[in-house]
Amino acid sequence: MIPARFDYVAAASVEEALQALSQSDDAKIIAGGQSLLPVLRLRLNAPELLVDIGRIDSLRGVREDGDALVIGALTTHSDIVTDDLVRRHALLLSKAAAEVADNQIRHRGTFGGSCAHADPAGDMGSAALAMDAEFVIAGAGGTRTVPAADFFVDLFETALGEDEILTEIRVPKKTGWGAHYEKFVRVAHQWPIVAVAATVNASGGTINEAKVALTNMGSTPLRASATEAALSGATATEDGVRAAADQAGEGTNPPSDLNGAADYRRHLATVLTRRAVLAAAGA
Amino acid sequence: MTAVQDAPAASPEIGRDRRRKEDQRLITGRTRWTDNISLPGMLHMAIVRSPHAHARITGIDLDAADKAINIYDVFDGKKLQDTMGVLVNAWPITPEQQAPTHYPLAVDRVAFAGQPVAVVVARSAAEARDAAELVDIEYDVLPAALDLKEAAEDKVLAHPDLGTNKVAFWQLDSAGQGSGRAIDEVIAEARDGGIVIEREYRQQRLIPAFMEPRSVIVDPTGEQITMWSATQIPHITRFLLAATTGVPESKIRVIAPDVGGGFGGKLQTTPEEWITWAVARWIGKPVKYTETRSESLVSAHHGRDQWQRLTLAATKEGRVTGLKVDLLADMGAYVGVVGGGVPVLGAWMFNAIYKWEAYQFNCTPVLTNKTWVDAYRGAGRPEATYAVERLMDELAVEVGMDPLEIREMNWIKHEEFPFTTVAGMTYDSGNYEAATAKAKEMFGYDALRAEQKERRDRGDRVQLGIGISTFTEMCGLAPSRVLGQLNYGAGGWEHATVRMLPTGKVEVITGASAHGQGHETAFSQIVADRLGVPFEDVEILHGDTQVSHKGLDTYGSRSLVVGGEALVLAADKVIEKAKPLAAHLLEANVEDLEFGNGRYSVRGTDQGMGIAEVALATFAAHNYPEGMEPGIDAESTYDPINFSFPHGTHLCAAEVDTETGQITLRKYVCCDDIGNIINPLIVSGQVHGGIVQGIAQALWEEAVYDDSGTLVSGSFVDYLLPTAADTISFEIDHTTSPSTTNTLGTKGVGEAGTIAATPAVVNAVVDAIRHLGVNDIVMPMTPERVWTALQGGGRGTATVEAAEPHFEGQEDSR
Repeated sequence: MIPARFDYVAAASVEEALQALSQSDDAKIIAGGQSLLPVLRLRLNAPELLVDIGRIDSLRGVREDGDALVIGALTTHSDIVTDDLVRRHALLLSKAAAEVADNQIRHRGTFGGSCAHADPAGDMGSAALAMDAEFVIAGAGGTRTVPAADFFVDLFETALGEDEILTEIRVPKKTGWGAHYEKFVRVAHQWPIVAVAATVNASGGTINEAKVALTNMGSTPLRASATEAALSGATATEDGVRAAADQAGEGTNPPSDLNGAADYRRHLATVLTRRAVLAAAGA
Repeated sequence: MTAVQDAPAASPEIGRDRRRKEDQRLITGRTRWTDNISLPGMLHMAIVRSPHAHARITGIDLDAADKAINIYDVFDGKKLQDTMGVLVNAWPITPEQQAPTHYPLAVDRVAFAGQPVAVVVARSAAEARDAAELVDIEYDVLPAALDLKEAAEDKVLAHPDLGTNKVAFWQLDSAGQGSGRAIDEVIAEARDGGIVIEREYRQQRLIPAFMEPRSVIVDPTGEQITMWSATQIPHITRFLLAATTGVPESKIRVIAPDVGGGFGGKLQTTPEEWITWAVARWIGKPVKYTETRSESLVSAHHGRDQWQRLTLAATKEGRVTGLKVDLLADMGAYVGVVGGGVPVLGAWMFNAIYKWEAYQFNCTPVLTNKTWVDAYRGAGRPEATYAVERLMDELAVEVGMDPLEIREMNWIKHEEFPFTTVAGMTYDSGNYEAATAKAKEMFGYDALRAEQKERRDRGDRVQLGIGISTFTEMCGLAPSRVLGQLNYGAGGWEHATVRMLPTGKVEVITGASAHGQGHETAFSQIVADRLGVPFEDVEILHGDTQVSHKGLDTYGSRSLVVGGEALVLAADKVIEKAKPLAAHLLEANVEDLEFGNGRYSVRGTDQGMGIAEVALATFAAHNYPEGMEPGIDAESTYDPINFSFPHGTHLCAAEVDTETGQITLRKYVCCDDIGNIINPLIVSGQVHGGIVQGIAQALWEEAVYDDSGTLVSGSFVDYLLPTAADTISFEIDHTTSPSTTNTLGTKGVGEAGTIAATPAVVNAVVDAIRHLGVNDIVMPMTPERVWTALQGGGRGTATVEAAEPHFEGQEDSR
């Protein structure tokens, strides 16, 4: 790999990182490097400065804070797959993280980095959206918290400012909810053509509440609101969820590319939503 | 003489599951690949490539690059025009063939996106890359010939000066050459009461995608100019460097060190090699160039890319009578070293294992403004096998027969070998019945057919299909006289040397040039058996023209079938040469000596001596017969008398999710007949890898261009190579009909899996959903194409010629 020249700062703290960011008009944060390194390698971008936050240990790990889990932005996908707190209170994140790329990437790539990169084909964004996660952002003036619905702005664009750092993701506990991440690919290591993140509170074969978000069906992760509303009170059977799932493609604007045209993706969204919801409901 | 131990009577090596002795150094990275080699004072080169498919170069400004830090020199095509030579096609398929002049560095016009236009040489690779971005090139963009069918109509010319895009027209006609009846007559008969099946199939464009990107170093500082290159063909490269750059062959040394895969993609003399050669000679210092993966995908030659128009004639009972093939083959922008010869190799293979009365093969290679196309694993034979095996399934449906039965009804019976085909080839041996019976049993054919019926009847969301491919191929390229008749620019022999070292160890030199196949292991097994020495005592040397001065390299499943025979001949010569010396030392008559298990014995006595002892006595040369020279090394050149014809039956079960179009492989079984097997473990590896590559053509891989001629699938994000996670476990087995035209009885296995697997998979998928109105799906069979076909949308939509961006800075296709 031969990138263009850049300066490099390894920050020891969030404050140091913020300080470094403020020194340059053209800085990039590097954490696990799984999105930035390809950009550098392909010379798609040539930032003047890389601020490495990978050594700020306070940004790593999962803790409880009342009704929420707090997940450090540097927590790797691999850690999210296996973390007991995540599996108990936010199972969907664990399921989605298990589907990210391949094992090597899951050990390097971070939850925060994936969300901050904001590729609509990224697996973790829609899982975070379905979980009603909130993004904690540190800047020169202190920290602010942005709900997932407002965090993802557009393709590769988030609510993060140039001089800000995503530090934590707060996830309301959904203890006991079933979850499933239905990812549709042609080969295993691919970005999803379409994927559906679903977490479901079901009892006695009835869906009480469902949270559903779509991956790669627009320029950001999308919440399938109509589907969610229609699932409330539905029976957890093929026929019970079919009508709700059929609304999953509404209001979406998926890409057309080598792997499928927009119309095909809309069709896939309905099928995958049905399957994801049923699997999440344990049906 | 007691210092050297006699070799123990070796158990036969041939047939043993020897682990590959080269793997330790290859897998651990202990070896040096070309890019790991660093020479004193070595400079690094970066290449600036055309972003346009077709354009006139109106200006090249190298000043900024030249002034960049640590830049040694900068070049464009005009500067190197007189010294860089040209890249040639070694197989002009007709005397009238039209091929554009291929300068390594474009001089005034570019003909595909990715073509080298300028070069920057720096003290480090990083400085070269940085400075390459400062080169400013102005282009006058020209209309580009991109679509193969349109290009064949000469609407837009890829090379305006040629006046046509059609490189040549090549025909094999069974009536014309006397190997069968007239095709038109047979088709006319079938139209009147028989069956005529007409289809058009697409062979999509593929990228060989070897693991090690191409890399080359040229060191002009010695008496011989040395080139290290990640190539399959060091000998051919040396010959062509001499022929096109004016340097005497004796002043050229080419080394292919350990090479990380080729699949035909390194069967090429490349612009990058020729440019590095010219630049290093100009500067007078060693220069290295290593491509990036992006450069490899866009500029190393591609494979396949054909339209096949096919007409099959049969009786109404399903007996095939005639096959007519009309091929358009995309050559891309230039005709490569094999070039139009690749599709032409299919001429003897479309007829496959079946008995036809008439056959005609017509092939038109066509130039377009895309990356050049040349050999890719199988080279002409996968395309042919695909077409005929797809057609046999269509015929089975037409007649209402089981697709295995219709094949059996038409194939050459085992008692009919040797059999001269309608294409004029003589198949020496084979047993299609035996291989098919074994495969069928391993597969559980009848049970799967029953399950398929049950699922159909139930209207299951997931349908099951069974795909069959009863393939043959021609291996062991090639009898030199045949190549001569075909105007190929070289012979097809192979060379070997066996050197007996004083300590009894053996050095073997082969002209084959391994790039991952396991030659060192398999060849050691052959020589160990022949000479009766331990496997560990045999060392195989290859890939360096200073050591292996004579050879024709590795491609076309030829290394064992041709190169292995050269080893046998050379080893036998050693045994014969050493015999008079052994007799002399044993004080016996030569006629009384016999050789076995590494020992010369005096018939009827317990006297004898090992070949190692003879080797030491030769070295000492203290006591040897009058009239004999003190040397027992030997070399041999073997020219095959025929191709070899491996065959096999591959059976694939695939499931199709009718809601999404997703395909899941359920079971894959094959029984190949590749003649005698030297190393079953290596064979398994070749078959497994080959099958995955064949499946990948059916399901995943496609080089897609947009309408401006940019390669859209220009990275492994969009050019989908499978990994182990995408495949299933294959069940493989063998039947054995030894080749009768070589002493080892081998047939070649390097390409078998790739040739057989593609139609097996497509036949399986079509079989799964044929009852839903589908009789073809264009490759790669994406879930979208399958789903569209299921919606009544035909055999497959055109691929959207855009890639999804996953990184900032990539173009957004939305």
